[in-house]
Amino acid sequence: MIVFDKIFKLYQMGSETIYALRDIDLHIERGEYVAIMGPSGSGKSTLMNLLGCLDTPTSGTLRLNGVNVGDLDDNELAEIRNHEIGFVFQTFNLLPRSNAFHNVELPLIYAGINTDERERIALEAIEQVGLLDRMYHKPNELSGGQRQRVAIARALVNKPSIILADEPTGNLDSRTGSEIMSLFDLLWERGNTIIVVTHEEEIARHSNRIIRLRDGRIAADEVINGATKSATPVAPDIQRK
Amino acid sequence: MNLLNELFEGAKVSWAAIRANKMRSVLTTLGVVIGIVTVTLMGTAIQGLDKAFLKSISAIGSDVLYIQKRSWFSDEPWWETRNRRNITIEQAEFVAKEATCAEALSIQASTFRTVKHGNRSATMVQIIGGTEQSAAVSSLPIKAGRFMSADEVHGARPVCVIGSDIAEKFFPNEPALGKRIKVENASYQVIGVTDKMGEFLGVLNLDHRIMIPISRLLTDLIRREDVTIEVKVKNMADIDEAVEELRFIMRRARGLAPGDKDDFAINRQDNFIKTFERVSATIASVGLFITGLALFVGGIGIMNIMFVSVAERTREIGIRKAVGAKKRAIMIQFLIESAVICLIGGVIALALAYPLTLLLRNWLPASMSLSIAFLALLVSAFTGMVSGFFPAYRAAGMDPVEALRWE
Ligand SMILES: Nc1ncnc2c1ncn2[C@@H]1O[C@H](COP(=O)(O)OP(=O)(O)OP(=O)(O)O)[C@@H](O)[C@H]1O
Ligand SMILES: [Mg+2]
Repeated sequence: MIVFDKIFKLYQMGSETIYALRDIDLHIERGEYVAIMGPSGSGKSTLMNLLGCLDTPTSGTLRLNGVNVGDLDDNELAEIRNHEIGFVFQTFNLLPRSNAFHNVELPLIYAGINTDERERIALEAIEQVGLLDRMYHKPNELSGGQRQRVAIARALVNKPSIILADEPTGNLDSRTGSEIMSLFDLLWERGNTIIVVTHEEEIARHSNRIIRLRDGRIAADEVINGATKSATPVAPDIQRK
Repeated sequence: MNLLNELFEGAKVSWAAIRANKMRSVLTTLGVVIGIVTVTLMGTAIQGLDKAFLKSISAIGSDVLYIQKRSWFSDEPWWETRNRRNITIEQAEFVAKEATCAEALSIQASTFRTVKHGNRSATMVQIIGGTEQSAAVSSLPIKAGRFMSADEVHGARPVCVIGSDIAEKFFPNEPALGKRIKVENASYQVIGVTDKMGEFLGVLNLDHRIMIPISRLLTDLIRREDVTIEVKVKNMADIDEAVEELRFIMRRARGLAPGDKDDFAINRQDNFIKTFERVSATIASVGLFITGLALFVGGIGIMNIMFVSVAERTREIGIRKAVGAKKRAIMIQFLIESAVICLIGGVIALALAYPLTLLLRNWLPASMSLSIAFLALLVSAFTGMVSGFFPAYRAAGMDPVEALRWE
């Protein structure tokens, strides 16, 4: 479902060219739970931004559900982000002046869904992350873990085919971090495709596959936890990791 | 549906943003406020001026031509018209005899005098000498009694028709008819009273006057024989031909040789209206200029603050784009914000302008019409859109990754 073919991402800093990503070939299938690891500056965020259609590669082709992302204009990319991608950031990136509910319904607004339908779907997503009782709080009235739950609900709300999380536990203590990770586990069990960037081995072990980057290249790509590459969604009653 | 959602979200966000920066938003609108106050006051004043003018100009009938020594609004220098010969009664009577275009024709002259009745007196009363046809020519509304007859005019009888103000002043509790009024040494019997007519261009009170036979005026009150010939034309559609006919007759009456220039003028209401239109167009363009300048300065201010607003909310823009906002949605959001800021300015301006128009009422029949208020709001929203365009465009074009990195 995601295919990277000879992807390069270059940044020009004055006379110096930075190879943020070089020659990346990668396949990720529907239903996989992938962790991306690597030292700081190795290109993890760059890779995620390409996956999330926030950015386009300097060269190479990136296919998402068969569509060549390089052929799309800004508005078409926005549409893909809206329908196919749910993004969770390290710094939450919630609208500070809006309450949790509004933050969650935001993607639905841009999808053109009417008010009643929006409320129903947003409430469903908020319920999934267990925040119904905090729904009218603004981000600054929520704890870090709660904020990240709001962000996850927002990522879920459009029923995207991929959920991307760039260091979702980076700003959380380890207990809250593992709560958030069990939320991702649950989402994966329900059939979502999940890609998580992390520094911590422990977090990475929630996944079925760990991709390690170094200097913009894929240094290792291993399947763990005995999952097959074409992981089929596990029934929710199976014991969680 | 998409657009509707985006508009609604834009309005909601803008409102929240403006509320979060109340002081800044209000201060920003200052230029717009000044601009809109100017438009509103100008519009109101011009409408009032128009109304006042059209109301009082009706005292000069649109179908009446005034043959006089000088043109009302001419470009001729004063030294050329200064030595013109007077228009005499004989010339006027010649015109009366010859003109075929006239439905009614009167010969008039006037002066200002003090008028007395018993121990009451009125100063600066306009004494108009006229003929039996004056009532028809000037469409005088007779409230009581009758107008002068031809016999009275030819016989120079000491009779008068008085204006309603004079009647009220001299005869508050008794009928005026049959009473006598004194002007200098002569006394005149009141035979008629005219109805209230109001003012002419705010300077001449049409009710503060009396009419007497022209023959009497010329013997009793003024020596200098210079009359105005007033011709009410039969057919308004042929008024231009009527002017030509009268010109031709007047040239004959004054014995002008073929090469001579006219030494008289044929005036009409039209001249007044044209001049007035010129004046009000000048006022309007000055007003428009001030308004334009204020709105321009105001618009720059709005643009500036919108750039600040966009910069401050770079991260928000990044977030919105990341969850799927298209360029259009971001654009709409900021355009609405700047339009709403300007609309607030417009509302403040209307709130300021309203009492000012009430003040204007002391001079003009001015009232702030709904259309002017609507126009003012439209102009302010438009200013907002125009000045918000570049900031909104910048916001819409932001790269989502860059925007999200922004601290
Ligand atoms: N906008 C940019 N301009 C210039 N260089 C950039 C830009 N974005 C990323 N880079 C460079 O690309 C490289 C990869 O950056 P990236 O953010 O992907 O690293 P990362 O693996 O996410 O690191 P971290 O773990 O610290 O988040 C870095 O060397 C970085 O300096
Ligand atoms: Mg990173």
